[in-house]
Amino acid sequence: MSTATDHSATAEHSSEHTEEHHGASDKQYIVIALILAALTAIEVSTYYVDFGPLFMPTLFVLMTVKFVVVVSYFMHLKFDNKLFSYLFYSGLILALTVYIGALSTFKFFLQKG
Amino acid sequence: MADTAIAHDHDSDHGAHVTSTGLSNTKLGMWMFLGSECLLFGGLISTYMLYKGRVNSGPQPDQIFDIPFTSVSSFVLLMSSLTMVLAVSAAQRKDDRNTNLWLTITALLGATFVGGQVYEFTAFYREGLGFTTSLFGSSFYTLTGFHGVHVSVGIIMLMALVGMISRNRVPGNKAESVEMVGLYWHFVDIVWIVIFTLVYLIPS
Repeated sequence: MSTATDHSATAEHSSEHTEEHHGASDKQYIVIALILAALTAIEVSTYYVDFGPLFMPTLFVLMTVKFVVVVSYFMHLKFDNKLFSYLFYSGLILALTVYIGALSTFKFFLQKG
Repeated sequence: MADTAIAHDHDSDHGAHVTSTGLSNTKLGMWMFLGSECLLFGGLISTYMLYKGRVNSGPQPDQIFDIPFTSVSSFVLLMSSLTMVLAVSAAQRKDDRNTNLWLTITALLGATFVGGQVYEFTAFYREGLGFTTSLFGSSFYTLTGFHGVHVSVGIIMLMALVGMISRNRVPGNKAESVEMVGLYWHFVDIVWIVIFTLVYLIPS
């Protein structure tokens, strides 16, 4: 009987998970999109304005912030089960590790330095 | 037992299934797929980074890139992520009319982006950058072409979903189906966020 109850509880949990409206509200999504648009505008401004030594760090920070905001809010990773985050970020970290390693073997970073 | 039966009936209404994790296997599969896609695009981006300075013939990157035009394209794709998330939100409210509206707008924005890419490729070709002109040309067209194909596949998925929702032929959980297409679409957007910075804004 307890198995049946557990089974029922799991089923209800699963159903709740797929049914619930998780994440931000529509207004919050619009605000997030406006922030992303503003960040893109700053990115584009680096093409016209001389940022000096801050040029590359600014672009990398803006790119990373935009990436994380879209993944966290629009893709709901911030609100979803952590297992989804582990799956995605493990793929991303593996890709970064493999390709930074591969580029290093071609002395890519030394050439740029 | 009655509780179990009720729970199963409730599940069948929404297409959710009991899983050992309590999470949707469809969603797990999609996130796993997107994680693997990071490796695909990581390889393409790395190849481009390595070869972008290898121009023996034909134009250099900074000679042909039209930053204002690509910035507008990037903005269009970014806004399509907003319309996509609004479609997911409407689907979770079981609002089919607005779901279809936002999905259609997302597809149109995606088509605008792909149209811009076709225009850009045509302009570059006329300026002397063919696929085999230089290593820069090959790696650039391969990277952005793969991304364009992903956007095109996304548009097909969006339009198919609109058709299926209109005919009420979405099997299982409708909101989850919209969310899965949404995850794919947002992934295409985040890949472009990286491409726009590394390929277009950082000079060779």
